[in-house]
Amino acid sequence: MSVPYAVADAAVITRRHLRHTTRIPELLFFSIMQPIIFILLFTVVFANAIKIPGMDYKNYMMPAIFVQTMAFATAGTSVGLADDLHKGLIDRFRSLPMTRSAVLVGRLVAEAARNTLTLLIMIAAGYAVGFRFQNGVASAIGGILLLIAFAFAFSSIGTVIGLGVKSVEAANMAGMIWIFPLTFLSNGFVTMNSLPGWLQQVVRYSPVTTMNDALRAMFYGHGRAVATPALQSVAWIVGITLVFLLLGVRQYKKAASR
Amino acid sequence: MSDIIVAEGLAKHYGKVTALDGVDLRVPAGTVLGLLGPNGAGKTTTVRILTTLLRPDAGHASVAGHDVGREPGAVRKIIGLSGQYAAVDEHLTGRENLEMVGRLYHLGAKPARERAGELLERFALSDAADRVTKTYSGGMRRRLDLAASLVARPQVIFLDEPTTGLDPRSRLGMWDVIRELVREGSTLLLTTQYLEEADALADDIAIIDRGKVIANGTADELKAQVGGERVELTVADRSELAKAAGALRRVAAAEPVVDEDSHLVTVQVTGGTRALVEVVRELDTAGVEAQDLALRRPTLDEVFLSLTGHAADEE
Repeated sequence: MSVPYAVADAAVITRRHLRHTTRIPELLFFSIMQPIIFILLFTVVFANAIKIPGMDYKNYMMPAIFVQTMAFATAGTSVGLADDLHKGLIDRFRSLPMTRSAVLVGRLVAEAARNTLTLLIMIAAGYAVGFRFQNGVASAIGGILLLIAFAFAFSSIGTVIGLGVKSVEAANMAGMIWIFPLTFLSNGFVTMNSLPGWLQQVVRYSPVTTMNDALRAMFYGHGRAVATPALQSVAWIVGITLVFLLLGVRQYKKAASR
Repeated sequence: MSDIIVAEGLAKHYGKVTALDGVDLRVPAGTVLGLLGPNGAGKTTTVRILTTLLRPDAGHASVAGHDVGREPGAVRKIIGLSGQYAAVDEHLTGRENLEMVGRLYHLGAKPARERAGELLERFALSDAADRVTKTYSGGMRRRLDLAASLVARPQVIFLDEPTTGLDPRSRLGMWDVIRELVREGSTLLLTTQYLEEADALADDIAIIDRGKVIANGTADELKAQVGGERVELTVADRSELAKAAGALRRVAAAEPVVDEDSHLVTVQVTGGTRALVEVVRELDTAGVEAQDLALRRPTLDEVFLSLTGHAADEE
């Protein structure tokens, strides 16, 4: 199938999902409330609980909250696809002469738009409780783009889960259950030094840690030089997206509704 | 007449379960094949293979000369599929659903919009066109789903249990729509577990049971295969049933079947109206008063029962 069709088909699907956003106001409401609650909860509850040398804890963990919320994009994607599969829509799409990747790519693009909205709301909520970009506009925008790309990568993991599990409920659990361990086993909410030694060796290379480091450098000019963690994060994002999107499309080609 | 749908030796296994065990089908252009069988017989699996959704373990199939395994893209361009569950996006309006499908068939924006309008009109959905389909009744959703399968004016239409779960009125409405498609010359493969539906809509019927086609032909041919006519006798009182069955046994070609609840005795006879005269004479002799008496040809239910040894609605 030619490239123009691949783009046109994906655009049709993206429009479908963007329409959903306006048709299900309660979903939109909760997807706006959830990040606000996260920001307020973490900053109010933990603000004075942990001391980070040389840095206000609120600022220290703010990038980690962003990263964690973006990682939850996985569950949204997997639930949505499982639902499409369950309702027979995937069968319908698969019987049409459309590009094989469009159903997944179109969804991921629409979700990237939604994640961008979520992120901007979080930043606004962050500003209300004292969070500030301290390293210039350009690197702040760079950090925001990195977060959106990170959410896109995690959404692509969601495609494999959503098309692989047997029910919408399972898709929800399977898309979510590993996010908390992944995001907490990092230097997001505590310093690397406070983790057990053996765990540090693993956590050091986790995409969440490289994202936290990159964002702290980009938002505050804190810690390591920005290049290394940013490049590591980009490598993770590209790698995850390629692998899982290819797996997802392969699964889509043989998906069976029930 | 050339065959538009050809399937040969289709087999599909899921682990140890055999879903299809060598299915052969031929559907001539412009005709309707009714694939008739109980739940789990392999109807949906057959449709999924023919519509490129599933690859068979063995055998091959083609639609309008295109092999479903080797040229799935070419097949998808000329088929329309309406599945067992109304596959419409419940958060989009009816119009948006049809337009989306039109765009994905690459009709272009304007033709897709016009086609959506035509189909909504035709399926009596114009009034509901701009409501999200979540608010539609089951029958409306099915009509929209069928409309979606017709967007690109497909040569070949697959309808997988188009009336399952519909109330009787919606079912008759759906039958009208399907008959109209047939009049327009579409080739149709329709699956159903309802014998009267296959009888009413299909030119040819293939009876499928446990992954195999066990009989095929026109409804008349299948009925002839079971042989003879049936005499149906209703008596006023249940206590008369045994006496009636006894009387009928003397003219019967097979053992009478007694339905206690509806006070009905059915018996297979040969010789048509002459047999009916004998039945009346025997009933008179035995002193049985018939409330209702009729001579009729066998139903597809009886065909199914005699071919498979079990009724169509039993697993």
